[in-house]
Amino acid sequence: MRPFIYERATDARAAIAAMSTAGAKFISGGTNLLDLMKLEIEQPTHLVDISRLAFKDIEELPDGGLRIGAQASNSDTAADRRVRTRYPLLSQALVAGASGQLRNKASVGGNLLQRTRCPYFYDTASACNKRNPGSGCSAIGGLNRSHAILGGSDACIATHPSDMAVAMTVLDAQIELLGANQAARRVAIADFYRLPGDTPHIETVLGPNEMITGVVLPPPPPGRQVYRKVRDRASYAFALVSVAAIVATDGGTITSARVGFGGVAPKPWRSVEAEAALMGRPATMATYRDAAEAAMTHAIGRGQNDFKIELAKRTLCRTLAQVAQVG
Amino acid sequence: MIGQAISRVDGPFKVTGQATYAHEHWEAGQPLYGFILGATIGRGRITLIDASRAEHSPGVRKVMTYRNAPAQGAPDESIPSLYWRAQPVLTNPEIRHYGEPVALVVAGTFEQARAAASLIDIEYAVEPGNYDFATRQDQSYVPKVVNGRMEAETSVGDFDSGFNSAAVKVDQRYTTPYQFSHPMEPNACLAVPRGDDLILYVSAQIVDSARASVANTLRIDPERILVVTPYVGGGFGSKLGIHSETILAALAARQLNEPVKVVLTRQQIFHLMGLRPTTSQRVRLGAGKDGRLVAIAHEVNMYTSPHEEYAEQTAATTRALYAAPNRWTSHRLTPLDLPRGEDVRAPGEAPGLLAVESAMDELAYALAMDPIELRIRNEPKVHPETGIPFSDRRLVECMREGARRFGWDQRPAQPASLRKGRWLVGYGMAAAIRMHFQGPAKARVRMCPDGTAVVQSDMTDIGGGTYTILAQVAAERLGLPIDRVRVEIGRSDFPVSWGSGGSWGAANSSTAVYRACEALREKLLASARDKSEALSEIVARNHPEGLEAEGEIVSMEKDPNYRAYSLNTYGAHFAEVGVDVDTAEIRLRRMLGVFAAGRFLNPKTARSQLIGGMTFGVSYALHEQAVVDTRSGAFVNRDLAEYLVPVHADIPELDAVLLDGFDDKANVLGVKGIGELGVCGSAAAVTNAVFNATGVRVRDFPITLEKVLPGLPLMEA
Ligand SMILES: Cc1cc2nc3c(=O)[nH]c(=O)nc-3n(C[C@H](O)[C@H](O)[C@H](O)COP(=O)(O)OP(=O)(O)OC[C@H]3O[C@@H](n4cnc5c(N)ncnc54)[C@H](O)[C@@H]3O)c2cc1C
Ligand code: SF4
Repeated sequence: MRPFIYERATDARAAIAAMSTAGAKFISGGTNLLDLMKLEIEQPTHLVDISRLAFKDIEELPDGGLRIGAQASNSDTAADRRVRTRYPLLSQALVAGASGQLRNKASVGGNLLQRTRCPYFYDTASACNKRNPGSGCSAIGGLNRSHAILGGSDACIATHPSDMAVAMTVLDAQIELLGANQAARRVAIADFYRLPGDTPHIETVLGPNEMITGVVLPPPPPGRQVYRKVRDRASYAFALVSVAAIVATDGGTITSARVGFGGVAPKPWRSVEAEAALMGRPATMATYRDAAEAAMTHAIGRGQNDFKIELAKRTLCRTLAQVAQVG
Repeated sequence: MIGQAISRVDGPFKVTGQATYAHEHWEAGQPLYGFILGATIGRGRITLIDASRAEHSPGVRKVMTYRNAPAQGAPDESIPSLYWRAQPVLTNPEIRHYGEPVALVVAGTFEQARAAASLIDIEYAVEPGNYDFATRQDQSYVPKVVNGRMEAETSVGDFDSGFNSAAVKVDQRYTTPYQFSHPMEPNACLAVPRGDDLILYVSAQIVDSARASVANTLRIDPERILVVTPYVGGGFGSKLGIHSETILAALAARQLNEPVKVVLTRQQIFHLMGLRPTTSQRVRLGAGKDGRLVAIAHEVNMYTSPHEEYAEQTAATTRALYAAPNRWTSHRLTPLDLPRGEDVRAPGEAPGLLAVESAMDELAYALAMDPIELRIRNEPKVHPETGIPFSDRRLVECMREGARRFGWDQRPAQPASLRKGRWLVGYGMAAAIRMHFQGPAKARVRMCPDGTAVVQSDMTDIGGGTYTILAQVAAERLGLPIDRVRVEIGRSDFPVSWGSGGSWGAANSSTAVYRACEALREKLLASARDKSEALSEIVARNHPEGLEAEGEIVSMEKDPNYRAYSLNTYGAHFAEVGVDVDTAEIRLRRMLGVFAAGRFLNPKTARSQLIGGMTFGVSYALHEQAVVDTRSGAFVNRDLAEYLVPVHADIPELDAVLLDGFDDKANVLGVKGIGELGVCGSAAAVTNAVFNATGVRVRDFPITLEKVLPGLPLMEA
């Protein structure tokens, strides 16, 4: 780890101002950033600690939605009664991630911005376009069991590891950002993440000095919600595949459907193809199979991760059957 | 006292943080910190190394590379165990495996040392290396001997004709991955110079090998080295010998004449420690329709370093496990440019029994016979290769007792026939056998006039419970309450032992302590007033300075029982797993092991060893593998987020039952080793349960879900 200056921000404005220092970076829970600093993958020279800023609250919105402060911990968010009753899949996704200790430290903002778990990204001696643009991608032709089957490029096939963000994606969350001169804006989560293309090192539309201040959840869509995470062990492992689904039915017909995948793409993956294949169709396994095929039409395996295509289909089918079961 | 379930006497020290591990000793004051920089190529040579930027980095006191490292001794192959040999580091520009040390940076803080290490400029001439076991097996050779100086090949009768004539045959290949020991406490050394002498606070399983290896490398008299290792945070084989961390700390401390501490990071362990070799094993079983084996062959091919040969005794247990007139076992080694192989808990047995006990399950299925019945039909009366009798063989009893307690009769006879909700449920079992080793060990026991006793040996406690069992033995033999006995271990100025490893530590050291107590009793009773007089009273009356005596146990080569008997420990594992019918996620539901290993000195510490071993087996079956990038020779998944082991949620209900006994051929206490027995066969029980649950037989380990998924039924409504 390189020497760095540590500064504890007193308010948002000061925090953002401090970011104009060269080499500055926000730190929140630090559960991702500190690991990356120890391995010299991130080398900030100035850390601006925003974990004590007043963005910890979870507030009711007049339209029946919720606003979750960027500094709310993953644990507090998962345990919030309103989240549990109105957005149960968000709560399920959060508790399916990391460990209790990590969730106590991890913030909502930091969770959205956590970096990939691609092992070559973690190894400064390996070629990696995300860490060192233009150096190549070691995962293609290497160990890629955990890598993307959707949305990747020949430059990068890393997955986004967050569970929470997958749930937020099907909830149509809006991310609140604050920039220099108090410039606030909101970005739909679907537009927040960028696909790798030729620039896998640019992961979001976040500006250089911008801070995430909160996440706005619109009122929950109709239907039941389930988050299902498939992993190599019972706990404390990243998703091989996860599915977030919200489905409403009326008399056996699907009247509204939202589908997202985790562990399969460089960003939390909303499948509009699957949603289209479900709308207005009978809630049967045949329909779910069609939706699964539609979701994976463009999927590409890279060898070791080929299995994810079939696994994603099966996980989606089962999750849909479970969600649509009790209307 | 012996045989009682006494809680660890060192427990309170550990939970209150008073137990000091290698990197926690502050007697010598503030140390410097060393960081090892590893090569980023798998094979080749350094063509340029420039440390000037690093040398001027803040806090840096020294950068050592092959250009300025002191001359060191070379490994002497005539020393039988590699752990006692010299381990020179930074001696030349050649790179023999990825991650091999190319520099040591010593600085005022760990962070300064690590930051400076990244400023060392290095250029390499890369040579094509061989990293792919799968494609190099035709380059294999037969070693002279395998681990434990056992024969590489054995043959009895005529395997080929026996196998060809068999009515029912199994002929399968099983592959197992590279693995690393990952003790909670990483490998670490604090080296403190004292004039020409050296104190090494090192995390070691064997004090004597640590001292010898450093002495041979630094070419100094072992008497000038004091090794101190009172507490060790696990070893699992990786601390049987020291490695570059200790050599480099010692070299730097002597050069700088200041204490230097080197602690490996978790990532570094993947290249700087020995590994369990990957294997490809062909197992052939030929049986009659009645299940009686007529032929057994176990052929093992495994990885070795071309520079330091290491051969796990993978087929060795197969020689003693089942009766069959025609038999063949063999080991071959495939050289690759990777870190050297070393013992990882249950070396040989872990991969070997996984293959053979999987094959036995396949045979039982082919015969439509209960797997336990099949094993009972092949229970040998004498050692099937040598014809010598077994001592205390209780395998059948373990299987029967386990079957009864586990409810084996509930096992679905047909694979993939039991559904519980979304889970396919299956049962599996496997036998466990492990040779009981014995090594030379000495101990000293001293009784003091204040009614206390002190036990001393260079034996180590790597978390298994040495402090506790030695206190129990001494307290019983000297007639003292256990809190009056102080156990002092883990120092090279105490009587020498073979330390902890090979599951021999408890039996060796408790026997030595027992004998020391007997010698002391004899001395004391000579001056007793009458036979009932307490030893402590005799000491108080006649020996105001206290009185001491030594005891020892000899090596197995010198013990005639090892020629006359086959000494082993036994067990039977039972596992119930669930496999998600949609996603193939495999989860253990419960597991039971029943074990017979002579007398159990302390059922509490023994049970901990056994359930820990069984958990290793679950890991071996389902999770653990170190993956080599065959382009670079690097282990890619080198942290504990990617190198998976079970977490608590993966081990729901797991128990070990001890069948207490007494093996009078083993030693005077009737005790045998149990540190690795729990690992033996446990992975096969899980594997066989996965087959029973799904009908899918996986022979390439670990069983990750993509290997089972294609065999699952289609999605149903
Ligand atoms: C062992 C382990 C297992 C894990 N398992 C899982 C898992 O199964 N599922 C899962 O989803 N996650 C998992 N995680 C990841 C965990 O969820 C993240 O580390 C955590 O959410 C990050 O939050 P943080 O507040 O600690 O972020 P930090 O480490 O503080 O920051 C992460 C990044 O976000 C930036 N940042 C933080 N807050 C803001 C903000 N408000 N505005 C702008 N930038 C900001 C920082 O500059 C930094 O670049 C695991 C982590 C570990 C270490
Ligand atoms: S997949 Fe992406 S993160 Fe991984 S090595 Fe390739 S470029 Fe780097």
